Amino acid sequence: MKAAVIVFPGSNCDRDLTVALAQSMGEQPAMVWHRDTTLPDVDLIAVPGGFSYGDYLRSGAMAAHSPIMKEVIRFAQRGVAVLGICNGFQVLTEAGLLPGVLMRNQNLRFVCKDVFLRVDQNDTMFSSGYTPGQIIRIPVAHHDGNYYIDADGHAQLEDEQRIAFRYCDESGAISKTANPNGSLSNIAGVLDPSRRILGMMPHPERLSDPILGGNDGRAMFDSLISSLS
Amino acid sequence: MKALVHITLKPGVLDPQGKAIENALTNFGFQGVNDVRQGKYIELDLPDSDPATAESTVKEMCERLLANTVIENYRVEIVDRA
Repeated sequence: MKAAVIVFPGSNCDRDLTVALAQSMGEQPAMVWHRDTTLPDVDLIAVPGGFSYGDYLRSGAMAAHSPIMKEVIRFAQRGVAVLGICNGFQVLTEAGLLPGVLMRNQNLRFVCKDVFLRVDQNDTMFSSGYTPGQIIRIPVAHHDGNYYIDADGHAQLEDEQRIAFRYCDESGAISKTANPNGSLSNIAGVLDPSRRILGMMPHPERLSDPILGGNDGRAMFDSLISSLS
Repeated sequence: MKALVHITLKPGVLDPQGKAIENALTNFGFQGVNDVRQGKYIELDLPDSDPATAESTVKEMCERLLANTVIENYRVEIVDRA
């Protein structure tokens, strides 16, 4: 199992993600700079959080068209798994690898706190380590995490069971008060039709070791490594 | 040739920033302010001398980068300005 973490100017979760992946993989992922035009032979591409290109124009918009992204798209079309976290999710929507868009948080504030997520789909390589409906605690830290898609697109996501995670309260209830950013239908993470691309706003890498204060993110990396090895 | 690009949120897409501006205007005492929508305005110079070519180039720019057509509409104005 080999992985690459893409690094843009302004990425700031690239190293945390590398540590979390290495912990589950037992070896270091490659770190690939945005100007590079080739990727090593990998089974997983991880697009990290941060503020790529200073969020100029729209979050993720510039990064989505940087040189390495042509290669990421080519690999994704070949079936290589892609995980986008936070800014990485924004980049994947802007690149057209995932549907919808992440808009400014409804309360207009940067939100940085632990939230609860309900695992709605556990039949994916990203989430097989969780039980269906499991409630996990994962931090969010973003200004633009308000997921929006038009009604037809939303219906399609629901029909095809491509909403991987939803914001919920501690008991698992999907409520407005448990929604940190105004996302449509409390959507926290979505899958592409092949279920090999996942984008999510919360940061599993930030709670993937008990020393960080929690370990609920670890199962995602363990799931990925066991599916792809 | 200059292009003036107006990017606006599609009708129906919530605009919390527009709403906050609307509330602030009301607090300033401006009465009856409704439906404030915030957008973007981008100006650029083009080498083209034919307005039709320039317009189609800028529309392509909008589709590929300047606007996110999931939530945004765009309007392109070409002006002949030195």
